[in-house]
Amino acid sequence: MDNNQFLTDWGLSLMVFLPLAGALLMMLIPKADEGTHKVVALLASLGSAAFGIAMMADFNYDKAGAMQFVVDKSWIEVISSRYQMGMDGLALPLVALTLLITPLVIIYSWHHFPEPRNPKAFLILILVLHTGMLGTFVAQDLILFFVFFEVVLLPMYFMIGVWGGEQRQYASIKFFVYTFFGSALMLVSFVALFFITGAHTFSMSELAGEVAQRSAAGDIALSTQVLIFGGMFIGFGIKVPMFPFHTWLPDAHTQAPTQGSVILAAVLLKLGTYGFIRVALGILPEAAVEWAPWIGLLAVIGIIYGALGCLAQTDMKRLIAFSSVAHMGFVMLGISTLTDFGLNAAVFGSVAHGLITGMLFFVAGSVKERYHTLEIKRLGGMLLKMPKLGWILGFVSMASLGLPGLAGFWGEVPAILAAYNPAPGLPEETFRTFMVIAAVGTVLAAGYLLWLYQRTTFGTTKAEFEDVDLPDVTTTEWIAWLPLLALILVLGVYPHLLFQVTDPAMTAMGDVFTALGK
Amino acid sequence: MLAALLQQGTPFLRPEVDFHAFAPEIVLVGALVAVLLVDLFTPESSRGIVPQVAGIGLLASIVPVLTLALDGTDRSMFGGAYAVDNFSLVLKALFLVAGYIVVLLSTNYIAEGDYHEGEYYFLLLSSVLGMTLMASSRDLISIFVALELLSIPAYMLAGWRKRDPKGNEAGVKYYLMGVFASAIMLYGMSLLYGLSGSTLLTDIGAAVSGPETSPALTLGVLFVLIGFAFKVSAVPFHTWAPDTYEGAPTPIAAFLAVSSKAAGFVALLQLALVAFPGRDDVVGPFIWVLAVLTMTVGNLIALRQTNIVRLLAYSGIAQAGYMLAPLAVMGTNADGALRAIVTYLLIYAATNLGAFAVVLAVARKTRSAEISTWGGLFEYAPGLTVLMSVFVFSLAGIPPLGGWLAKFVIFRSLVQPDLTVGGVSLAIIVGINSVVALYYYANIAREMWMKPVPDGDRTAVRVPFSIGAALAMTVVVTLVFGVSNLATRFGDLASFLPT
Repeated sequence: MDNNQFLTDWGLSLMVFLPLAGALLMMLIPKADEGTHKVVALLASLGSAAFGIAMMADFNYDKAGAMQFVVDKSWIEVISSRYQMGMDGLALPLVALTLLITPLVIIYSWHHFPEPRNPKAFLILILVLHTGMLGTFVAQDLILFFVFFEVVLLPMYFMIGVWGGEQRQYASIKFFVYTFFGSALMLVSFVALFFITGAHTFSMSELAGEVAQRSAAGDIALSTQVLIFGGMFIGFGIKVPMFPFHTWLPDAHTQAPTQGSVILAAVLLKLGTYGFIRVALGILPEAAVEWAPWIGLLAVIGIIYGALGCLAQTDMKRLIAFSSVAHMGFVMLGISTLTDFGLNAAVFGSVAHGLITGMLFFVAGSVKERYHTLEIKRLGGMLLKMPKLGWILGFVSMASLGLPGLAGFWGEVPAILAAYNPAPGLPEETFRTFMVIAAVGTVLAAGYLLWLYQRTTFGTTKAEFEDVDLPDVTTTEWIAWLPLLALILVLGVYPHLLFQVTDPAMTAMGDVFTALGK
Repeated sequence: MLAALLQQGTPFLRPEVDFHAFAPEIVLVGALVAVLLVDLFTPESSRGIVPQVAGIGLLASIVPVLTLALDGTDRSMFGGAYAVDNFSLVLKALFLVAGYIVVLLSTNYIAEGDYHEGEYYFLLLSSVLGMTLMASSRDLISIFVALELLSIPAYMLAGWRKRDPKGNEAGVKYYLMGVFASAIMLYGMSLLYGLSGSTLLTDIGAAVSGPETSPALTLGVLFVLIGFAFKVSAVPFHTWAPDTYEGAPTPIAAFLAVSSKAAGFVALLQLALVAFPGRDDVVGPFIWVLAVLTMTVGNLIALRQTNIVRLLAYSGIAQAGYMLAPLAVMGTNADGALRAIVTYLLIYAATNLGAFAVVLAVARKTRSAEISTWGGLFEYAPGLTVLMSVFVFSLAGIPPLGGWLAKFVIFRSLVQPDLTVGGVSLAIIVGINSVVALYYYANIAREMWMKPVPDGDRTAVRVPFSIGAALAMTVVVTLVFGVSNLATRFGDLASFLPT
């Protein structure tokens, strides 16, 4: 590979650990010095982004299917785990999404610290989260992946529990216990994988090769693979979240402070979909074929259930949270087809959902700040009092319901189309049924989003807010939001920008399933 | 007539004594004599020097441990009854460092509590001495002597707060249960000796691994295991632990929870892996049941605790269950079990001592160990809050804190190498228990971070230097063990089985 030598050696490590270094630095700065904390946090996240951008500029897009900037150093030898990192066309878009969201969240926080304030602790938690999220996307060793995957738990637990809404303590512990339960089973799966392959490595690529080889030789029974996949399925399925493991999500999203909801929706959920593609499908393709119809089934249940849940909500933030269940259902449907088309759609859908739902939570946060409520029936007439905020909400709602020309479209429609023609070996009729159900889901999505939009922005301002001063979008909000709004539009009219990056890696993976089916 | 009798026997030969091998214990004996003398000859006003003498004595004993480790030869004395190898050295170092941290924790507590300082440190060092001996004992008699040497001072230390009825309860309960367990164990040992004709563990191992089982032999094995199950507070032999921890001085609760428990595991490891490897048909299922009961009951009762020390006691019981688990699969994976348990002991020691250090520091202000008094700690003691969060989440096994690696090596030893039903089912039970445990650990964090200050008193907590030092050491170790291969390295070194 002809990547820059310095970036290959240090780029990923610096990108991942610079935020952590910033967090350590902030621990030494006194709490009262709020301005310094904000600047250090922003600089740390921007520094991390700078390395990320440098690597993206240096990335060899012709070989986007291969791992680049590979680091492979010894780590905990006794358990055969190595410090192995790399970035390919699958990881790159998600890394880019993370690198974008975190600085924007910090900028948004500038004037919007949730109670009980304490910017020092709040920003430290965001930076630790940042390290955990980036590390998960670039780790190529299962144990390293697991450590990063778990690192995000603690900061998010504290963020919801300390800075969250009324029910914050309940929501935070529910989030924590749920995800930890999945992780424990996932870890058992990883260890079992380690021993049945006898490869004495946790390297994802080596394990995948070993499993393929031994499975072809008949050394590893398919039933064993299916069981191990099951452990990962629960671990990642809770994170995504898939129906019926989704119940932590509405509570966590609703109770989290705005910044927490944005990070949760934009990035944390993607750890689950990424894990599905990279780890579960990548290492155990044969088991994935067995599981695919069930994943597809749960995905479409999630789409319909999430949409119906949305229609029943009276709280704007809770509605957006339920819409995540539905949208992640589309992503999982794309994955379950096991075709390059579906997988590309899944990655695109992940990124688009990150941008759009992240943005929706930003708007919800700002609405809450102005009205001190998110009860849909008390809002209304937003376009009169705050036209800019109202139009932004309209734009993002349209993107979320999958309007062509905006980013949401390219995640949903290809996923639905892919279900028409799943990978060979998968039951076609079943998937075509899923396709129809998912298509109904898009109609429901249009229903609940337009209804939300109508109730909150049309009509006249409710009497109780007649005389309340409701300022329109502020400068910090513009700075934090504009990049997201622009990207939603750019990816909507020029999706090739993203597809060209993900396609080589996803085609390679799709070929594996095509070969398996024959 | 006596002379005639003596002449009949073989002449007494002075056994070879390798003084280098004994050097850590000799230094420690010197230190405890020094503690007594200093206490005797210094005026009441300058007794503050006593804990320093004890601490320096413990640190000085580590020096010969290091020279022995650098020397690297395995030494064996008294016909194999006493061995100095990598296993014993790693654990001696653990006992000495843990003892040093307990001294640091005790310094202010004992001085301010108007307790007898000289006697306290003398007994503490005696108990540590028993532990270092335990690490080297490879014979029923030396194991028993070491056990009593470490236990009897601990009985007295547990009842140190003699003006408090709870302190008396702690001492008496611990003493009675301990003596009861010793009696059962001695009975088991006598059966083993009777059937094998030797007290050496290796000889017993050879004698019991024959194909014929006798009920007496099974009974002997089980009784000895039960004796140590008491020491490591395994369910159903755990009932003393919470009351004793609560009534004892807090530093002693830490000492019992960490050092004394580790000593019990050291003995269990030697017995299970040297004396009973041929009897894993008895030991395996027994430990399997014991481990499942211990972790499950410990965790479930911990959920209901309102007192932080009692909670740590029950969490320690659950942790003992995790540590027992690898022994259940020792028939197929003895080596892995040993490594996993030693690694776990090291990480558990650092984390738990740290947690007790925070409890001590906070109790200096709140004068209570009720968890409800910890409300809003984050507002007036953010440093202690972060440290306690690190410790409890390490105990819960959240990466990248040390505890996750401990859990991981347990998982690994249970699943390895050929996915036995007993091993994998145990691994899943450990996993589910970890989730239950997370709930009460997170509860502590919730109290500190998310609840209001109960009495509105936000004066800062003054952390004395010695507790601060203990906190710094334990938190560094907890973090470093989590992200490096240090702990597993030690676990690997400690492997005394022929590979």
